[in-house]
Amino acid sequence: MPKKYDTPLLDELEKGPFPSFVTEMKKAAAKTDMAADALGQLERCFRDKKTHWKHGGIVGVRGYGGGVIGRYSDIPEDFPNVAHFHTVRINSTSAFFYTSKFLKEMCDIWDKHGSGLTNLHGSTGDLVLLGTKTDQLEQIFAEFSSRGWDLGGSGSAMRTPSCCVGPARCEWANIDTLDINYSITQEFQDEMHRPAFPYKFKFKTVGCAVDCNASIARADCSIIGTWKGNIAIDQAEVANYEKKGMNISEEIVGMCPSKCMSYDGKQLKIDDANCVRCMHCIAKMTKALKPTGEKGATILIGSKAPFVIGATLSWVIVPFIKMEPPYDEFKDLIRKMWEWWDEHGKNRERIGELIIRRGMREFLEYIGVEPVPQQVKEPRRDPFYFWTEADLQK
Amino acid sequence: MEKEEVKQKIYALVEKSIGKKKLKSSDIQKAVSAEAGISRDEVKDALRELIDNGTLIYTYFGGSFVEIPPKE
Repeated sequence: MPKKYDTPLLDELEKGPFPSFVTEMKKAAAKTDMAADALGQLERCFRDKKTHWKHGGIVGVRGYGGGVIGRYSDIPEDFPNVAHFHTVRINSTSAFFYTSKFLKEMCDIWDKHGSGLTNLHGSTGDLVLLGTKTDQLEQIFAEFSSRGWDLGGSGSAMRTPSCCVGPARCEWANIDTLDINYSITQEFQDEMHRPAFPYKFKFKTVGCAVDCNASIARADCSIIGTWKGNIAIDQAEVANYEKKGMNISEEIVGMCPSKCMSYDGKQLKIDDANCVRCMHCIAKMTKALKPTGEKGATILIGSKAPFVIGATLSWVIVPFIKMEPPYDEFKDLIRKMWEWWDEHGKNRERIGELIIRRGMREFLEYIGVEPVPQQVKEPRRDPFYFWTEADLQK
Repeated sequence: MEKEEVKQKIYALVEKSIGKKKLKSSDIQKAVSAEAGISRDEVKDALRELIDNGTLIYTYFGGSFVEIPPKE
């Protein structure tokens, strides 16, 4: 029978309106010693107002440089069952489509070799298995790989790519996010499993600018579906939206970021040349508006959570690129970016930070992309594009 | 240059750096390719074999490094 800990501070986290991870941990704690000690140590962390987890080290499976994150307790004498509490990342499927058969097998494997605690999905997008011991790692890897699964990325490597649900369930997807995600995963296996970058590199792919995967805030490379044609308007449906109570002037026209729309109470008009394809109007009036014409993606680089220079959103590098299998143009572009980053990046410097440090001009020159107005992130602020003498003489 | 020779150079470099500097995979690729006059891909290939057979391992201390495994 696992040891039971009093958890008055964690109990507070069960009182809110949302499902609580504490409730789930308590269920696991009733069954396994490891989950019980994880709960007890977590309560201690809250009580002491400091973490008692250490991470890093030398754990992993042979041949791989990622996929396992070493985690240890700094008070193993009090919580011996979490002296080792390593995390295992399993490469998730595109848009997280699993069979119930796999989920059952995964839970059985984890009950046998780990704490039973999982996290579907971690903020990286991986299927995360929480808490196991060093001597279990090779067996866990063998169990998963024999069923066709692989470890995800961790450390200074390409991280497990993730994507929105895309054309599998969404009519607004301008690109096949699932196929792009799968293709990136297969193409860059070496970069994912054998860390050789200055720091982490994340891909996130979304079908449109609604950005259901928050790629613009969370990925070093955000691939966002877009289109080149006009927005088709069904005026009868526009009238229906108004009839149902939508204030079109305020909610649609007034919130258009480039002010390219107008509405006179009868006709909605869009100046497509000035539309920035933000998807606001389309997402609000799904029956009335529709993108038309050529479909492709905008490639943005550089977002990251706070670290050296604070939180950063991605900015546009390539305004429009066709995204069709086998995506060679895109992959070659990425390889050029990595070469430059590898050459100049300091330890723990993300690619976006390097661009800011060394300048957009050098970056664009190296990757062979022409400077265009869409790359200016914030008009009337630093363009961080400096002309050379040779440029000025042209 | 034979692959075995490249492997020896990689191992010697990692061994020499013990206690001084943790080496990243890219540090090794740059140093050995410059010293031996071979491509980085050749170094990468040799390094991969050293990792696969357990002669060297990846470690993580705020970044990923290549090191000699600790003696049991």
